[in-house]
Order: sequence, then structure tokens, then C-alpha cells
Amino acid sequence: MWTVLGPGWGRGHALALWAARRRLPGPRPAPTREPAARRFSSADLKEKLDMSGFPVENTRNFSIIAHVDHGKSTLADRLLELTGTIDKTKNNKQVLDKLQVERERGITVKAQTASLFYNCEGKQYLLNLIDTPGHVDFSYEVSRSLSACQGVLLVVDANEGIQAQTVANFFLAFEAQLSVIPVINKIDLKNADPERVEKQIEKVFDIPSDECIKISAKLGTNVESVLQAVIERIPPPKVHRKNPLRALVFDSTFDQYRGVIANVALFDGVVSKGDKIVSAHTQKTYEVNEVGILNPNEQSTQKLYAGQVGYLIAGMKDVTEAQIGDTLYLHKQPVEPLPGFKSAKPMVFAGMYPIDQSEYNNLKSAIEKLTLNDSSVTVHRDSSLALGAGWRLGFLGLLHMEVFNQRLEQEYNASVILTTPTVPYKAVLSSAKLIKEYREKEITIINPAQFPDKSKVTEYLEPVVLGTIITPDEYTGKIMMLCQARRAVQKNMMFIDENRVMLKYLFPLNEIVVDFYDSLKSLSSGYASFDYEDAGYQTAELVKMDVLLNGNIVEELVTVVHKDKAHLVGKSICERLKDSLPRQLFEIAIQAAIGNKIIARETVKPYRKNVLAKCYGGDITRKMKLLKRQAEGKKRLRKIGNIEVPKEAFIKVLKTQSDK
Amino acid sequence: MAVPGARARGWAAAARAAQRRRREERTGGPARPEPASRRAALYVHWPYCEKRCSYCNFNKYIPRGVEEAAMRKCLVTEAQTLLRLSGVRRVESVFFGGGTPSLASPHTVAAVLEAVAQATYLPADSEVTLEANPTSAPGSRLAAFGAAGVNRLSIGLQSLDDAELRLLGRTHSAGDALRTLAAARRLFPGRVSVDLMLGLPAQHVGPWLGQLQELLRRCDDHVSLYQLSLERGTALFAQVQQGALPAPDPELAAEMYQAGREALREAGFRQYEVSNFARNGALSTHNWTYWQCGQYLGVGPGAHGRFVPQGAGSNTREARIQTLEPDNWMKEVMLFGHGTRKRTPMGRLEMLEEVLAMGLRTDVGITHQHWQRFGPQLTLWDVFGTSKEVKELLERGLLLLDHRGLRCSWEGLPVLDSLLLTLLPQLQEAWQQRTPSLVPGG
Repeated sequence: MWTVLGPGWGRGHALALWAARRRLPGPRPAPTREPAARRFSSADLKEKLDMSGFPVENTRNFSIIAHVDHGKSTLADRLLELTGTIDKTKNNKQVLDKLQVERERGITVKAQTASLFYNCEGKQYLLNLIDTPGHVDFSYEVSRSLSACQGVLLVVDANEGIQAQTVANFFLAFEAQLSVIPVINKIDLKNADPERVEKQIEKVFDIPSDECIKISAKLGTNVESVLQAVIERIPPPKVHRKNPLRALVFDSTFDQYRGVIANVALFDGVVSKGDKIVSAHTQKTYEVNEVGILNPNEQSTQKLYAGQVGYLIAGMKDVTEAQIGDTLYLHKQPVEPLPGFKSAKPMVFAGMYPIDQSEYNNLKSAIEKLTLNDSSVTVHRDSSLALGAGWRLGFLGLLHMEVFNQRLEQEYNASVILTTPTVPYKAVLSSAKLIKEYREKEITIINPAQFPDKSKVTEYLEPVVLGTIITPDEYTGKIMMLCQARRAVQKNMMFIDENRVMLKYLFPLNEIVVDFYDSLKSLSSGYASFDYEDAGYQTAELVKMDVLLNGNIVEELVTVVHKDKAHLVGKSICERLKDSLPRQLFEIAIQAAIGNKIIARETVKPYRKNVLAKCYGGDITRKMKLLKRQAEGKKRLRKIGNIEVPKEAFIKVLKTQSDK
Repeated sequence: MAVPGARARGWAAAARAAQRRRREERTGGPARPEPASRRAALYVHWPYCEKRCSYCNFNKYIPRGVEEAAMRKCLVTEAQTLLRLSGVRRVESVFFGGGTPSLASPHTVAAVLEAVAQATYLPADSEVTLEANPTSAPGSRLAAFGAAGVNRLSIGLQSLDDAELRLLGRTHSAGDALRTLAAARRLFPGRVSVDLMLGLPAQHVGPWLGQLQELLRRCDDHVSLYQLSLERGTALFAQVQQGALPAPDPELAAEMYQAGREALREAGFRQYEVSNFARNGALSTHNWTYWQCGQYLGVGPGAHGRFVPQGAGSNTREARIQTLEPDNWMKEVMLFGHGTRKRTPMGRLEMLEEVLAMGLRTDVGITHQHWQRFGPQLTLWDVFGTSKEVKELLERGLLLLDHRGLRCSWEGLPVLDSLLLTLLPQLQEAWQQRTPSLVPGG
């Protein structure tokens, strides 16, 4: 049973977008590298590529960024073909999309980094196409990838125009002070209106319209000029080969046989096999076993030089040892780490439990395998009186969570119960005793049971995000109502062309974690797009809400809610419980309460008749079997006071549901 | 219709035998009661129907033509075989159920009864019930069944509303039902039962109660109230699933049941079991055997039985099921003398569980003496006297445990299945504590 967000977030496209990011043991093409190449010999070494012949001034590092489905992978395919990296055949469809899910859905999750060799006006250029995961859930990782680049190709669909994700991606590149080359794609489409899109780009991004390159990646139209622009408009990296090694880890994957493969961009120095390197984050030392470039498969080289991008294998056993944003340097030659490193910060938490406790171990091993490639999922053991042993998982965002779950289901055939996602609230403590206990003044609350009482707190804080919505203007009114209902504050509103509006709102994160995207899509007939970025924390009037059955608190249903939403949420929980609690021999009062104040109530009436009418023809066996099975099931029910609550009732209340 | 000579002679002989049997009984004094292990009720299953009712998932078949002679022979053979296996010396009641047993010829009924009377002692006052469908049982035919030895009728009337009868897929009208009822009462005074269903889709309390009142003006001394249960695989189930019919409302059904049992009480009926009401002492002794966990033999396709087979040297009661499908069943009977498909030995705990679940369906419940017969090592007090959960049920007034025994209160009876969910685990626990060395149910 998959109780995920419903067909929300990203409608599958965005979903898969993420999936490959974690690059699974999926159907990867066979590595071109022979196993023998792993064994070191001088003969091998000579055959290896010598990267010293690519001077910095002939190197360009760039990314392609785009809204979902605007043609990022197709453009990448053409660039690979043009540069001879791959053969030009009809089969080149999203070559960089290696995961089955990517190809099936026709979207890019994570095109892999590829080094392209391109001859232009007699000069041999090394063009490193560094891919980014295309979703804001991974904006940190995107920003790390972008920090290895000096420019980006911003691909916009000539038909759809600028979408929310285009804007979010643009600003990430803009903040990283990268050169932005706007590329208007799909000009071959019947409804393509590249001039309109040019104007949007000029208006929203302040880029003169004559800088836009109009192409059809599908047909190959004008793609060559994209490569020209990369060389002309993107500066070479500012690096120094003579300085000691300084390498940025911008991605990492796990290979069952070779351990962690870290994708690196060299800012200074040189690295080669046999070098001793140190992680600035963990301070652990490793010996480099292999270095190389990606084209797009791993191809080992003698060395990698400053300004170049490639991979490195150094006996790291776990992806947490090669965290994205970390800096690697040579042993005994420490350098200033590259700025901006931070550990993954989960923004959305959800409980995960096996449907049946006998599945616990299987689920555990599935989660372990999946997290092997994804250090950004945090895993804490958790247990619920109702649902048994499980975990509290932290995700970077909703999409991240949904994809993780989908993959558990698809790749590991695991059935789980996923509880409604919550966000990490904070409390600024006033009680000296509590401060001493927590050893800090500001604590993060992940589990509602730990929510400190108001008397011991100066203020509560909730995470907020800055959301971007782009919509045809006829839906603006409805969307503004929706945002208002979600406690969002409008920050900006502009027409990006005659009939499309861009809205910016500051949202409490918890207001969009469940069904916001679905609501937005349905009230705009699917036309509005949405994206968001982290915007820190804001003061919030939070309260702890208890749910009571005949006066007894149900621990697993304790919820932290905003004061203004307490009534609504309380009512919804009571109603869901009412629908799922089986009748008993006595009346059940279901109440939602804040402190001593009851804010919502429902009643389950007692059974009036519960006896099978007829035992036909002496067939007692069937009747007895049924009774015994029910009695057996009853033993496993959780008792709240004298009320028996089946697991299904908890699931119904706790699980994520889109029809809130 | 040309009746073959042999068949006519057989029937006549059987009828005479039945008459003779009655005369002998009248002259003879009361028979010495046999021990419980030598007594049993006998259920005979007639698997055929004219038409499929929309709510029915029983083991029944709509045949193109019934080879009645073969069927009769097999029913007789199996009855003889099972009587022999069981070592039963006295049959206290016979029940012809189905299917539609009133579609069988009276000759077949007579043949079975004659075989039973020959193989064992069948007192003349034994209750011999036939389930009768109003359309297949005109007065003359009922009289013939009476001549064959039937002395009690259970009429599947189901409803007095023609629209409801059509919904149920019944072949009769309310008028047919009332005419059959009247004819049955003339032939079997004081020994006619009627079934009335409640909780049909779109049925309302007021009109249903009207039907019951009408029935009370016409009926004899026995009424059964059955709540419709939607069974998978029936036409009604499919219609409700597809939304063509509203799902029956359990709340309304509960209300009908409550109003119905009150109306019957006022009319002088005793609710002696969850679904069964009788006045003037007209309880069905056959069904009573089920609720008291007496032995019973099941004859015919798909019939169930519960008895201790003799001669195997064991005292273990078996739950038996006969082969379901009539043709296969007949083949087996012809080959082996019986069509028993499944025999499951019943453990002592399992027996007690049935004593509990069945006994509490009756108004007298489970007396201490009755309990002792099945569980001499564990009294009702031992099992239920100390349980906190049972105490709660007693305090709520749903259950009674006193010097007489354990039984449901008037309020408790309609929610018996919920009570059993507390009582059954309590019994299992007490049994395990008392007999720790034994495997549960062993």
C-alpha cells in the first residue's frame, strides 16, 4: 500500500526527475572500461588519456537548466552527437538518462556529467557539461553543481514559455554569478511563439532578447550555435594548476564493487592515482585509486588538472564520506575549503512503517540500500504503539519523499505505511531548566510528543519557503484565494507577458506539504506551475493538539498545528476517526483538544445489532472460524481506555492523503 | 402423468409404513431415553431449486431435470450408512432443508423416513420438518408430505410485499404465501413456522413492521426473523456493488429487529433464540439440537454433521461435510455408501467454543449442567468469573452469570457476536491455564 501524496508533486515528471539523481543500481549500460584497466600497470598508464593538453583557457564548465519537459536531455543528446562523444544514430534518445524510469517518462532526472571535445577554429576545447538535478528539493545540490560551472544554458519551451522552475533555476544561476545563455527550444512546434518567450525572458530576467538562441533540439536546428555561444559567452574557469589541489565534490554515487565514486571539479592543482587526499569535512585521509573523465561513461585518465571535471575513486565506503559540497585536498597540504558546504538538511519528515511487522527486516534492508546512494535522507528508528516499529525519515522536500517511496515500492516491492509529512518546527526556550536539558536555547521539534509547553517558550518558529507561481492570468484570483487560505503572504506579482502572471508568496512550509500542488493544478486546469525555495523560519503561533477517545489521549495522534488551523485540522481528524473506528458496545466520544479546550467533537454510536441471523444447515464451522478470526484480530488491537482501535483506523488518520 | 408401477408401489408402502409407525408409537409407552452419544438429529439436504433467489448463496442447483429416483436412492443409502457409522439408536428429529425440498416428491421424503425408521428408532412424535416454498407447495401436495411422515412445515415466506419478493427473486407472491400458510395451518395445526426477512435494500421500519403485524394475524406458533446478509456471488450483492440498489442500512435493520422482537413478545411469543420465536411451546427441537451442541447427521450434498463415529475406538466427535456438487456426491454415495468429503476431529476446547457460541444464542443460554457435560474440568465460574472484561459486560447488563448459568440479557442478545469476541479469548486463556500441557484444542 502506497499512501503517498497522491498524484501531486511534479506529476511524475518531476518525480522521476529526482529518481535518477540517486542513481540506482538500475540498468546502467555496461561500462566501457575493461575490468583489467583497474589493475595498475605502466602499459595501462600510457594508454590512459593525458589531460594535461587541455589548458584552462580552452576549458568551459557549464550546466543545462530547465523546467521539466522543456528539452534539457534532448539538447544534451545533440551536443554529445555534435562533439562526437556519441555516434549520431536514431537511437540517441536521452543518452544521459540512464535510468529506466527516465527513459520511460521521457524526462531527465540526472543526465550524467560528460566531457565533450570540440574543435572550433583550429582550437581543441574541453567542454564539461555538468548536470544538475532539476528540482528545488535539491537546490543545495544544484547550487553545488552550479558552483563547479561558469555558465548555464537556460532552456525554455517556445510554446509553454517561462515556468516556475525556470525562474527558480535562473535565480540559482544568477546568484552564483554565472553567465546565462537563454535557449528557446522546440521552435519547430506548431504553437511555438519564440518571440513571446524572448519578451518574457527580457522582462523577467532582464536579458536582451537578441541574446536568446532559438533552436529545435529535436531536429538539431541551430544547435551548433549553442556550442559557439558556450565557447564565446562563458568564461574559462579561474583556477591555478600550480596551487595545491582543491577539488569540489559535486555529486557522488555508490558502486557495489568499487565503493564511492565522487564527481569532482578541480579548482586548483592536480590529482592522480596514488595521491593521498583528505576530506575537509570528515578529515579522513584516502588514497586515490582511480581518476578519470566522464564521457559520459567513466574513462580513466592519468591525471585531472585544475579547471577540469571528472571522477575519483579513493576507497570511500559510504556516500556520507563524499558529501556534496565537500572539498578534497592533498594530505599535508591543507587549503581553505570551498565556501557553501552544508550537510543535507531535511525539511519534511514522515513516519514509515511496514504494513505488517513481519516485513520489518525486509523494509529495513530496502531502506538501507536506497540510502546507500542518498545521504540526504535521514533515518531515525521510531516506534508507534499503533503501527509498531518503523522509522522517522527526513527528506529534502516533498518530491524527494515521494520518489523515495515510489522507488521502495517499485524496486524493492516494499509495502509501507507513510504518515502525513510534518515539518521541523523550532522553539526558542525560556525555561533555564529546559535550556540546560537540551544544551541549547533553540530546539528543533521533529516529534510532536516533544513539543515544549508555551510557558517554557519565548516563541515558536516554523519553516517558510518562497514560492513562485506562474499562471495564465484568468486563474490569478482563485490562486490568490488558495494562497491566502494557506496563510501565505504575497511578496510580488508581475505580468511576464500580456496574459501570464508571476506570483511570489511566502508560505509556511507545512501549508504546502500535503496537497497544495494538487489544489493549484486542479484550480488552474493544470496550467499553473509552482516552485519554491527555502526562506528560513518565521515566528508562528503553534499549539499542540490532542485527540481524545472518551477522555483518553491517543498518543500517536498528537499534532502540532498553527492556532488558526487548529479547528480545521481537529475537525478533519475527528471526522476521519469517526469514519474508521468500528462501533463498539458503548458510545465513543472523539474529541480534539488544545489543553483543556475541546475544539472539535464527533460521536460513534454503539452497536445495536451485531449477531449473525442464521446458522444454516448446521454449518457452524464457518461461523466459528469467522468469530475466532475476529477474536484473534481483537487481541492485536490497541486499546485506548477501553476502546479498541484497529490499526486501519490509525492508518486512515495518520497516512498522507490528498483529499484533505 | 403416468406413474411407473414400481414407483407407485414404493410410495404407497412408504406412506403405509409411516402410518404404521405412528400407530405403533401411539400404542407403545414412552421409550427409554438413550444416552446422548446414541441420539442425534438428522438433516437431509435437497440441493435443487426452480430458480435462483437473488440473495441466496447456499449449496443449491438449478437442474434441467432431476433424476429423482437416483437421488432418492442415494439419500436413503447415505442416511443408512451414516446412521450405522454413528451408532445412533434414536433419531429425535429430521429436517428436510435445501435447496427447495418441497420440490422433491413426497415419495422421496417417505423413503428417507422409512429408511431411518428401519435403521434406528424414530419415535412417532419426532419432529419431522420440511422447508416449503409457497409456489411449489399447494395444499394437496402438503397433504401428501404429511402422509409421507412430515409433521412440521417451515414456510419460506420472506416478505408480504410483492415488490420485495420480486427483488429477492422469489417465485411467489404475498397472496401465494398467505394461501400456503393457511393451507399448512389446516394440515399441521400448531406446527407451522414462517420465515420473514428484514433489512432489505430500501426497506423501511414502518412498512416492515406492518408486514409483521399482518403476519401475526395470520401465522401459527412459530416465526423466524432473518436479517438479509449480502453474500458475495449473489445477484443482490452484485446489484448493490454496481450501485443499482442501495446498500442495506444496518442501522435500520437493527431498528427493525428491535421493533420486531418487541412486537412478537407482545403477541405472546418467546424469543428462544436470536432469530426464532415461538408460542405455546412450539420450539423447533431440531434447531435446538444445534444450539445445544447435540449430535446431528448431515445427509445429502454439502450437508454438515457433528457426531462421534463408532467402532473406531475413539470418543472424538467429528465435524463432517458431504461433497457439495450433487452429481459427484451421488457417484460417491453409489461407490462408498456415503459422500463424506471432509472429516475434522474436534478438540475439547473447540467443542467448548461451540457450546459457548451456540448456547448463548438461546434465551436459556448455557446452564451449569449443560456446560459440565462438555467441560467437566472447568466450570463457567472458573472461566468467566474472574475476568475484568467479562465483569464489564455483566455490569453493562449485556450478560448474566448466576446460579443458573451464563446467558445474554434482552439487551445483550442482539450484540452477541461482539460479546463473543471477549468471551472466546477468555475461554481459550482459561483453558490454556488449566491444561498447560495440552495443545490448544487438543
